[in-house]
Amino acid sequence: MTITGRLRVRNLRWLFVVFAALLAATTLFSASPAFADVVGEDEPFRISGNVKNQGVPLEGVLIMVTGGGHDAQVRTDAAGQWRIGVPEKSTYTVTLDESTLPDGIAVVEGSNAQEVEIGPSGRITLNYFIGQGERNVTSFADQLISRLINGVNFGLMLGLAAVGISLVFGTTGLSNFAHAEMVTFGAIAALLLGTTVALPIWAAIPIAVIVSGAFGWAMDAGLWKPLRSKGLGLVQLMIVSIGLSLALRYIFQYFIGGGTLQLPGANTEKLTLFGAVSMSWIDIVSMAISVIVIIAFACWLLFTRIGKATRAVSDNASLAAASGIDVDKVVRIVWIVSAAMAGLAGVLYAYYRPGIKWDMGAQILLLVFASVTLGGLGTAFGALVGSIIVGIMVEISGLWITSDLKFVGALGILILVLLVRPQGILGRKERIG
Amino acid sequence: MDWLQILSNTASSIIGPATIGYALAAIGLAVHFGFAGLLNMGIAAYMAIGAYSYAISILTFGLPWWAGILVAMGGSVVFSLILGIPTLRLRGDYLAIVTIAAAEIVRLLFLTTTFDKYTGSADGLSGYHSSFRDANPIPPGTYGFGPWTYNETGWWVRIVGLVILALAVLIVYVSMRSPWGRVLRGIREDEDAVRALGKNVFSYKLQALVLGGVFGSLGGVVYAMPSNVNPGVYGTSLTFFVWTALLLGGAATVFGPLLGALIYWGVMTLLSNILPALVTSGILPFMSTTQAQTLRFILVGVSLMLLVIYRPQGILGNKKELTFVK
Repeated sequence: MTITGRLRVRNLRWLFVVFAALLAATTLFSASPAFADVVGEDEPFRISGNVKNQGVPLEGVLIMVTGGGHDAQVRTDAAGQWRIGVPEKSTYTVTLDESTLPDGIAVVEGSNAQEVEIGPSGRITLNYFIGQGERNVTSFADQLISRLINGVNFGLMLGLAAVGISLVFGTTGLSNFAHAEMVTFGAIAALLLGTTVALPIWAAIPIAVIVSGAFGWAMDAGLWKPLRSKGLGLVQLMIVSIGLSLALRYIFQYFIGGGTLQLPGANTEKLTLFGAVSMSWIDIVSMAISVIVIIAFACWLLFTRIGKATRAVSDNASLAAASGIDVDKVVRIVWIVSAAMAGLAGVLYAYYRPGIKWDMGAQILLLVFASVTLGGLGTAFGALVGSIIVGIMVEISGLWITSDLKFVGALGILILVLLVRPQGILGRKERIG
Repeated sequence: MDWLQILSNTASSIIGPATIGYALAAIGLAVHFGFAGLLNMGIAAYMAIGAYSYAISILTFGLPWWAGILVAMGGSVVFSLILGIPTLRLRGDYLAIVTIAAAEIVRLLFLTTTFDKYTGSADGLSGYHSSFRDANPIPPGTYGFGPWTYNETGWWVRIVGLVILALAVLIVYVSMRSPWGRVLRGIREDEDAVRALGKNVFSYKLQALVLGGVFGSLGGVVYAMPSNVNPGVYGTSLTFFVWTALLLGGAATVFGPLLGALIYWGVMTLLSNILPALVTSGILPFMSTTQAQTLRFILVGVSLMLLVIYRPQGILGNKKELTFVK
């Protein structure tokens, strides 16, 4: 008993060592030739700097810049210099990856992660001074946990959007591409109410969600219901939703422009939970809201009359109609509920990114589709499970692959699921054709 | 407002490389969707593969321009096989989601800094023109009349583009009148009936995907030939724009994609000239010139919706030919 136990521990430890070695190897090999010393030349603003070890320039040190929804990384050139173009005049976090320094040295003045604000000149210089010293290491476990937390947060947010898309598909058969714009709509509504109307943010968000619900009702009443009674095919409806998505997306751009806007309170202090794991209040509140709304939604779907009717229509619309359920009414309610939840997802996503952009919904639309497909098209709870898996996967995969490829894994999963188990985790076989 | 200049720009866009590129991509999509009934929402990936294959084979591997075109065609065939073999068994809207996801993966792979050495990541690729321009038989100078006056390079790009386009139209015209094309249309109308006749439906669909994909990648080549390869172009929006052009002309027709691309770019050029002019001359005071440019894309979205609702067969199409049954 004890021997096997010890063996198991040793095995695990070995596994961990091998794993860590592999990780180190992949980061070394995949990253070293890949980065330029200058990125984003065509962006208007610039962050640049020098990395020197007691006056000697260091080559190939990885510098990462994040903030305002922008992500970039460069390596220093032979003169120890680097330059990153950024799209906005705001605050960015510049991190020097200490694992890319030669052995035995570390950042000696200040931390390896520093906040910089771009001044009126549109450019800023940040120099790192390296010397003998203790490194500021984030352990693998800490990184994993903090990414896991972020992943759950992101997944819950995707879930809010995915549940709606799945319900609409279940009740009407429509793969709604314009759902992405319902997400953006919620964020923009909160922005208008919070900044232009200057409501306090705790009032602006619920009103934005209500407005989103009304928007959903308007879309159903003004477009989808007439089209259903006109007898358009599902593929036609899907292409109509693509046209609607394009039109709405550019209408948003028309009004808010191509830049990124921030909701009030988007940049709050991070609380350190333990080690290097930190979360902001916004993250915690956002997760709590998602969980509460999802539980309320689940209760609604499982226990209320309308919820039961919705599931009946999802299962078999004609049978539901024959047994006295008003299908049009159910579909109308489904549109309102899913639009309201999409709107909430948009607000939370605006805090998560952070920032509001005209195509922010379109950026996650395919992830939402991936979640819905993974869970099983047309099943509300499947969509939820799928979103949390996709959310965690997107974040965790960032441990091994560069941030600009983090969506690729999720999209790959989408394709794989459709090939191997098209009905998804919780779906039933008859749904595929 | 300079009406003459606006009309001349619009007339010039008719044989612009962008129009020819869209027309080729729309022909590819017509083979996929109009004739074989495959709901391919990833035509932007084919165009990206065409453009990048052309540019990379010239810049990285030093091939001549015609070899770059061959590589682009080969690249699209490989992509069709990777995409098609596993996915062609799926139902229509599932295929749409898979192809759009695959297109997004392709775009992200071209965009990432990991392959910066070959793809130029966010900056894209440029400066691959010398081989193509050296092969130009036209002596230097300006030719043409009225709005269609270009220098020797401008004409060379347009001539090569138009020759490729003419070949594509010819191939589609002939093949859709052949027994092969009839089987394809049979698959679009009723897959099971064709299977009952002993045809290998999967193999026909894959052949259609490969053929249309080659046209799509050639569209990408012509689109990128005179200027540069910019990864921002090949997003899902491009797919939707090509779809709009296709549905405008008529999806199940040979000349519909041509007409659709021509009208699409004609109207887009006209609006991109007229709207800012209206703004600066104070007729649309509530709008900035940037907003005027955005308005064009709102109109594309709205017209895509209206087309599908009221005239799904397009301008040249026959209502019986395209029923969107699946």
